[in-house]
Amino acid sequence: MSTVLTDKRPTTLRGASLPKWSPWVIAAGSVAVAVGIGLGAGLDSRIQWGLIAAILYVLGTYAIASMVEGKRQAKDRIATSLVWVAFLLAVVPLASLVWATVERGVKVLDVYFLTHSMGVVGDREPGGGIYHAIIGTLEQVGLATLIAAPIGVLTAIYLVEYGRGNLARAVTFFVDVMTGIPSIVAGLFILSIMLIFEMQPFGFAGSLALAILMMPVVVRSTEEMLKLVPNELREASLALGVPKWRTILKIVLPTAIGGITTGIMLAIARIAGETAPVLLLVFGNPFINNNPFEGAQASLPLYIYQQYSQSAGAEPAYDRAWAASLTLIAFVMILNLLARGIARWKAPKTGR
Amino acid sequence: MAKRIDVSGLSAYYGSFRAIEDISMTVEPRSVTAFIGPSGCGKSTFLRTLNRMHEVTPGGRVEGKVMLDDENLYAAGIDPVSVRREVGMVFQRPNPFPTMSVYDNVAAGLKLLGSYKKSQLDDIVEKSLRGANLWNEVKDRLNKPGSGLSGGQQQRLCIARAIAVEPNVLLMDEPCSALDPISTLAIEDLIGELKERFTIVIVTHNMQQAARVSDRTAFFNLAAVGQPGKLIEIDDTERIFSNPSVQATEDYISGRFG
Ligand SMILES: Nc1ncnc2c1ncn2[C@@H]1O[C@H](COP(=O)(O)OP(=O)(O)OP(=O)(O)O)[C@@H](O)[C@H]1O
Ligand SMILES: [Mg+2]
Repeated sequence: MSTVLTDKRPTTLRGASLPKWSPWVIAAGSVAVAVGIGLGAGLDSRIQWGLIAAILYVLGTYAIASMVEGKRQAKDRIATSLVWVAFLLAVVPLASLVWATVERGVKVLDVYFLTHSMGVVGDREPGGGIYHAIIGTLEQVGLATLIAAPIGVLTAIYLVEYGRGNLARAVTFFVDVMTGIPSIVAGLFILSIMLIFEMQPFGFAGSLALAILMMPVVVRSTEEMLKLVPNELREASLALGVPKWRTILKIVLPTAIGGITTGIMLAIARIAGETAPVLLLVFGNPFINNNPFEGAQASLPLYIYQQYSQSAGAEPAYDRAWAASLTLIAFVMILNLLARGIARWKAPKTGR
Repeated sequence: MAKRIDVSGLSAYYGSFRAIEDISMTVEPRSVTAFIGPSGCGKSTFLRTLNRMHEVTPGGRVEGKVMLDDENLYAAGIDPVSVRREVGMVFQRPNPFPTMSVYDNVAAGLKLLGSYKKSQLDDIVEKSLRGANLWNEVKDRLNKPGSGLSGGQQQRLCIARAIAVEPNVLLMDEPCSALDPISTLAIEDLIGELKERFTIVIVTHNMQQAARVSDRTAFFNLAAVGQPGKLIEIDDTERIFSNPSVQATEDYISGRFG
């Protein structure tokens, strides 16, 4: 009996625990202390204040929890608080970016702005709009998608369903290499071809460069989605006497279609913001040009860049650039929402 | 409809590993043949050689002959896709197509293979679901997702899907291992009915089940781990369970090993 000196097991299952609101109090406390330290030490960067508060919050949570609740719960809480801090670190810059864009962008963003071009407006004068740039972006990105999405999806199908041996390894290798191509290099590649044929800038040339950038992203995401389709479904279909290609078409692709579309949408979002290849190949154009196969066009990212760089600090041009940025962000966000919607709508149904 | 299977000198490989060696047996039409044996002895592998599903596995390779009536499934020029139409399969885990409704799951084989009139399809779907003892449970939710059924219902759905394409032979790999006793009984009854029309081969770890449903039983064993599995004996189920001719069979059935 006397050999057991201390038994660490609690006598009841109910341990001491901090109240639900304690994280908020600790957070408020650490912010207050951080502000105090910041003012006292004369730190003028708010970022430093925030980081001090974050460190205080993590340490404070650990100290208080280990005093009240014990070691194991304290570790649990420190993990939770680290996740929260990481979340805030990620969200704060994003939120402030969106906020800055909205704040400055709404100034000139109206229906007139969306439906007029810069045709007769000087770079430094107020007025004008981005209609021509929207048309350009939609056409260039749309054509790039028409090229890259089918090729990318087919490549992924080859790699997952058929690819064996050296050819598949080579394809995978080249896809990896393509993922790393800087956009300006893709632009230069197309430009070198254009120079051989002595062509002038036009929208479709930009589409080709964008397609080069988009393809590996589509291949990768589609590959992952196809790998997620359980092998049992393929076998079930094959065992019914369905040929392999029909199995892929009717069983594998429909099962993965939600994820595949999401991947394509995200790839579109990625190339919609590319400036470098568009600058090289499409050149930019203040007038409306609906034909992507002839003549220079504008595009949203290029428009933003040119408004900044060509206006020598004129206020109206800055406003237009911000408004165009807001439009571009909205465009990408709508695509993301669309992708989520499609993914949810197409996801394999499990309800009764 | 039902056809005889005649296997001779069959070996199957995964890459360079020989999983089963030199198997010869006859599976009688309109009867149930059960495969029993310890885990890893190659029952599933052998079953999958009977409808050329083995070669779907990367590295899968088969030597020997499988005669379906008078055609060798492994002869040159035989299309594995048409073999699989003749020899259907039900898997250990229920695997309904998640994107399809109950109706479409049953009709899948037909729809993916040719064009049928809606009324024709309706008839076949109802007939197959009735054949799988599932009709009464799902007739009000034919358009709901197949994956929303219970495990036992899903397995019977897979059986309905397999019999909808009217195969000659039905292979079942432990079809009841994930099911409760009631669903198991339903499927065993179903097997009893199906053998009027099909040749049935069933893999099972459940001795009582083998004794209950099968007419003939084949016992597989392997000498040691890493060695290929072999057919020890095949005989009428009654004989295997009362008076087997090989000692190892008796040991296995009476639970002395495996
Ligand atoms: N895909 C595979 N790749 C390589 N080896 C495999 C593969 N599938 C099975 N094997 C091997 O083949 C042998 C036979 O396996 P099989 O699945 O046919 O056994 P089984 O008798 O069905 O066992 P169980 O009763 O557990 O289902 C085993 O040694 C197994 O490790
Ligand atoms: Mg098995």
